[in-house]
Amino acid sequence: MRIRVAHTTRYLYDAPVRWMLQALRMTPQPHEGQHLVAWRLETDADVRLRAEHDVFGNIVHMLQVERAPHELAVQVEGEVETFDTAGVVRGAVERLPPRLYLRETGLTAAAPEIRAFAQDATREAGPDLLSRLHLLMIAIRREVAFAPGVTDTKTTAAQALALRRGVCQDMAHLFIAAARSLGAPARYVSGHLVRTDTEAQQAAHAWAEAHIPDLGWVAFDPANGVCATEGHLRVAIGLDYAASAPVRGAVYGGGTERLSVSLRVADAAKVRSQAQAQSQA
Amino acid sequence: MTLLARTADSLFWSGRYMERADFVARLLDAAQRLSTLPMRETDPYRAWESAISSAGVASAFHARHGAADEAEVREFMAFDRDNASSILACLTAVRSNMRSIRTAVTAELWETVNGAYDELKRLQAARHDREAFARFLEWLKTVALAFDGAAHRTMLRNDAYWFLRLGGEIERADNTARLLDVKYHLLLPPDERVGGGLDYFQWTTLLREVSAFTAYRWLYRESVRPWLIADMLILNRQLPRSLACCQAAIAGHLDDLAEAYGRRGLSQRLASGMLSRLSATRIETLFQGGLHEFIQAFLADNNKLAAAIAEQYLS
Amino acid sequence: MAIFDEMHGLPGPDLPEAVRPAYRRVARWVAEAPPDLLDARRRQAELFFRRIGITFAVYGQADSTERLIPFDIIPRILSRSEWAELERGLVQRVEALNAFLADLYGPREILKAGVIPEDLIFQNPHFRLEMIGVQPPSGVYVHVAGIDLVRTGTDGFYVLEDNLRTPSGVSYMLENREMMMRLFPDMFMEHHVQPVEVYPDALRAVLRSVAPEGVNDPCVAVLTPGPYNSAYYEHSFLADKIGVELVEASDLFVRDEQVFMRTTQGAKRVDVVYRRTDDDFIDPLSFRPDSALGVPGLMSAYRAGSVTLANAVGTGVADDKAVYTYVPDIVRFYKGQEPILKNVPTFRCREPDDLAQVLDRLPELVVKEVNGSGGYGMLVGPKATLAEIEAFRARLVADPDGYIAQPTLALSTCPTLVEEGVAPRHVDLRPFVLTGAHGSEVIPGGLTRVALTAGSLVVNSSQGGGTKDTWVLDE
Repeated sequence: MRIRVAHTTRYLYDAPVRWMLQALRMTPQPHEGQHLVAWRLETDADVRLRAEHDVFGNIVHMLQVERAPHELAVQVEGEVETFDTAGVVRGAVERLPPRLYLRETGLTAAAPEIRAFAQDATREAGPDLLSRLHLLMIAIRREVAFAPGVTDTKTTAAQALALRRGVCQDMAHLFIAAARSLGAPARYVSGHLVRTDTEAQQAAHAWAEAHIPDLGWVAFDPANGVCATEGHLRVAIGLDYAASAPVRGAVYGGGTERLSVSLRVADAAKVRSQAQAQSQA
Repeated sequence: MTLLARTADSLFWSGRYMERADFVARLLDAAQRLSTLPMRETDPYRAWESAISSAGVASAFHARHGAADEAEVREFMAFDRDNASSILACLTAVRSNMRSIRTAVTAELWETVNGAYDELKRLQAARHDREAFARFLEWLKTVALAFDGAAHRTMLRNDAYWFLRLGGEIERADNTARLLDVKYHLLLPPDERVGGGLDYFQWTTLLREVSAFTAYRWLYRESVRPWLIADMLILNRQLPRSLACCQAAIAGHLDDLAEAYGRRGLSQRLASGMLSRLSATRIETLFQGGLHEFIQAFLADNNKLAAAIAEQYLS
Repeated sequence: MAIFDEMHGLPGPDLPEAVRPAYRRVARWVAEAPPDLLDARRRQAELFFRRIGITFAVYGQADSTERLIPFDIIPRILSRSEWAELERGLVQRVEALNAFLADLYGPREILKAGVIPEDLIFQNPHFRLEMIGVQPPSGVYVHVAGIDLVRTGTDGFYVLEDNLRTPSGVSYMLENREMMMRLFPDMFMEHHVQPVEVYPDALRAVLRSVAPEGVNDPCVAVLTPGPYNSAYYEHSFLADKIGVELVEASDLFVRDEQVFMRTTQGAKRVDVVYRRTDDDFIDPLSFRPDSALGVPGLMSAYRAGSVTLANAVGTGVADDKAVYTYVPDIVRFYKGQEPILKNVPTFRCREPDDLAQVLDRLPELVVKEVNGSGGYGMLVGPKATLAEIEAFRARLVADPDGYIAQPTLALSTCPTLVEEGVAPRHVDLRPFVLTGAHGSEVIPGGLTRVALTAGSLVVNSSQGGGTKDTWVLDE
């Protein structure tokens, strides 16, 4: 699939900004399942922009502005060709040994309830780790209802499990915490998803990857109950949301900050055919 | 030579707050004196109302209190933590500013401030009759003297010292100007007087508020005349609280900074402009243009200058 | 349990009043001085400390009555040969710990060799992933170390704890010496006491030596969390003594991966930051996002090599209580030598055999949380009630990985002036080890902390501990 992404983050301030620094993890890297056709990150004001790699191998754009106007927009536009690999992620940038992804974080601490949940969910699968993780993914989709607005970016996996409600981020955290408790290294993926079953495209998406001996990293999307498809565009990874968030920043001055994000993700082929249809009509 | 902007900012504000504390003490002193004089024509609240309006806190006071009664004004202006211009709030601000830059000031200056703060807390706890309150105000004036003395006698003559002094002079100019603005109607020439009942006591109160009663006699050798009071407080460079004297000191310290740093900026330009305008002004022409308008313009310029100093050096 | 006294040695039937040679003159002085003279000197010391403003710890309190930590006027003395051995041991230990950190954030050979269990490192919150692949100048991670030692006999020095993050207390070492020289100039004429006053110069030299490559005349700054931090006095004291700026986070900013401080003359480049802010708070873009004490982007600049942080980020993984038990192995692994300084024998509760022994012997052991500090979450077996021991037993069984256990040690005592006169009180010792581009050195002396309550083993200042000047004799 050719996925086209158009993504605008607009920062609005009610006072002049003295200084701001934003770490943007918005640029994907290739692996066997995704090939970057084109990718651009642009701003509408004079800024300092430098790309660096973080410890997970993500591309991080450090965007710095001094004495900024009240408004600043960061635009991302790109096109990526994706292939279905049954969720297996090969050929990605790997900077850390898989076992490091067993590391707990505040958002993914394996509370006793999570350990018990993981055991219960995977009991029927026997010893095969891949089968167990599939069952775990299905169990999360079944037990945790999709409910925007109930949780936020600070909600932990254990809290989401107790609520039995949350968004893709919470389900990814729960999957990661549970998978690690089963001995599988696991990590968070932030990215985009083109849904083929509906016209409505949701905002940024998140899922998880777990490491299986002899197979490598496999992407599980507990919010949709599937392994990653060609509709999944992988942008950044980390131990949890905090480490891979698309935007993390600090601002001095500026008064109140409002952030507006507009995101369009689409199958490029469909977009083109629609555009053609319109021009002919 | 490196001076952190934050350190310079703390020095600047230490200077300002100490000056403000001293000014408030002098206002209270004058009010107390005025209120004890027999004045048939004035109501008993007038002296205290004058003190809070001269300090620029009248609306803050009336928002929480009724009429300007002696006890409440004293409490509000001396010890109220919620009044940012109270003596207590000012000394607290001086101390916390200095504590965060402890190594940038001399031990003598720090000990003066720290000791005064401890003493203030002790005095605050004690109840005050008129006499004790008068002693408290005298004490506060000696603190300001000790502060200036410690700075003058022990600090190196470098940028740290100049920022401390700049804060003091900017605040002092502001205080004198605001006092004039509140009282300008008392100083208008006889034929243009606003209202009647011009009162000798009020002129002398004004002089006492800036501790210039004796100075007036030295400088003018005449009985108290309102336009001469205005001349003294605005244009007479010999009086340390006059706008002209403050402005000369400000321009001088800014020149010192410019020379040390090898760079002049907006604050130097603004200060030079203000100083030459003051030097070219005569009291007669000033009255022709309107005393009130003149003071308003001066206050605006002084604020602009403080903002320019903050922008150029303190952030 | 026989208790070793620093002045009198171990008690024995033959030598009840024996005095160890290094203490000969001080012992005579203590014996001969009229009691009220000693007391007068003690009071004089307190007056001096107050007057010159040497107050500690509670700068942040609302009132201005900063507290003094009690100072004892009887010095703790180490002979030249005792010190020489300690010094070798400290240098060996700190060099090994630096090599350990360079390995952990680099090739991880020690994990591959199986000397330390991998998950002890990978799961450790003080193991900072952001440091992986970062190479600090000269390979130095721990520029300033404070190693806590206790003693049980003539040769019996044990390391109780390595402090490799932002160790404090060096200002006490310097101020205590200053005070003793004021009070007892004659004693310094009689003894050849090695100077500790060289510390600020040595620290300055170390910080300058580790500046980023290509910087000839580095700008050094001390970064403090601010006046409300309990060690703020020390931060400003050190900045003053080294002759550099004391900065708070808001004084610094990052532009193009370089660190600058805001001065009255504009932005000035900073090359070396001696930081006394914990890892968690140093950069809200990398660590705790709610930190107002941090400098956004500092880690980017650090990773780009344009600024040196001292100590490096992530040193806490090497002074963790669980890792502590492996330090002798760490010394052997990197130095190829037997460790000169001993560890206190420690049970690793994460290992089943050790756990069984610990559970068996709880009433006689001290059990500590691996991630605890400051004496919290700790069981002191001999002083605990039966109920407390049983409650702790349950916690241990539930989470054995979280604990270590040690036998209670007979800490040495040193004569101390207390209310009832001169009496023995338990002491420890924190020497400071500096490491720069040219190797490690130990300043001859350190901070001796003394438990002022009779029989108490708790030397922490927050719990009634005092300090003593520590003399290393050069004779």
